[in-house]
Amino acid sequence: MKISCDEATKICDKSQYKEASFLDKVKLNFHLILCKKCGKYTHQNNVMTKCYEKHRLFEASKENCLKEEEKECMKGVLKTKI
Amino acid sequence: MNVTEKHTLNPEKWIDLHADYLFNYTITRVSDRDLAKDLVQDTFFAGLKAKENFQGKASERTWLISILKRKIIDQYRKMNSAKGKAEIKMNFYSDGEREGEWIEERVPSSWQPEVEKNIEAAELNLVLEKCIGNLPDKHRMVFKMKTIQDFDTEVICKELDITASNLWVIIHRARTQLRKCMEDNWFKK
Repeated sequence: MKISCDEATKICDKSQYKEASFLDKVKLNFHLILCKKCGKYTHQNNVMTKCYEKHRLFEASKENCLKEEEKECMKGVLKTKI
Repeated sequence: MNVTEKHTLNPEKWIDLHADYLFNYTITRVSDRDLAKDLVQDTFFAGLKAKENFQGKASERTWLISILKRKIIDQYRKMNSAKGKAEIKMNFYSDGEREGEWIEERVPSSWQPEVEKNIEAAELNLVLEKCIGNLPDKHRMVFKMKTIQDFDTEVICKELDITASNLWVIIHRARTQLRKCMEDNWFKK
């Protein structure tokens, strides 16, 4: 049942994606009763997840297309090889 | 009897028909514009070279994607073996009596009291982007695929040819590093 801080924070990271198992979560909570450092990590990890979510929305709004001149350049190079 | 149409290749039209699709596919995985462009270009070259092996069973695009997938795995392996560049700092003792415990200077500090309000600031994204940019290539790629592009664990493992436990170690290291970076540059009291 006893796990290290390294393992506890790894479970904590996994649970941010809702992929920690039930047993993992029990182990983590047991660890958190005694460990203030990991308690802080857990709290801050939730904040970080919100930051990542914000960043995710920002990235999703970006358009990922090649510019026309980049495509023309690719065409030119490809032509020489056909 | 149903006769299925045989697909053919038209390299002259590849850029117009598939470049954007392939580029989009690549950038969501490697999250580096120039690298994505190079991989797409390489895919077209490799496609030309392997033209004779095309049997017409799959569509042209599917066939090109299968080449591109191989290129992405190769790229990941290259990143994985690259040494000496950005490294992940250890957060926990890796051996001895204190194995698995927090290394003193990496223990989480207290953050400012108004953290929730603070994450609404527009500049936060810039700082976070910088912190993510400081991660080693391999960690950045896996972290972004999982967190920013929202890919399933299974998909990432399959596409990069890694195990789930391998993935979680990488995510764990990336997140502990990012927490520390954001603490130093944004959240510190």
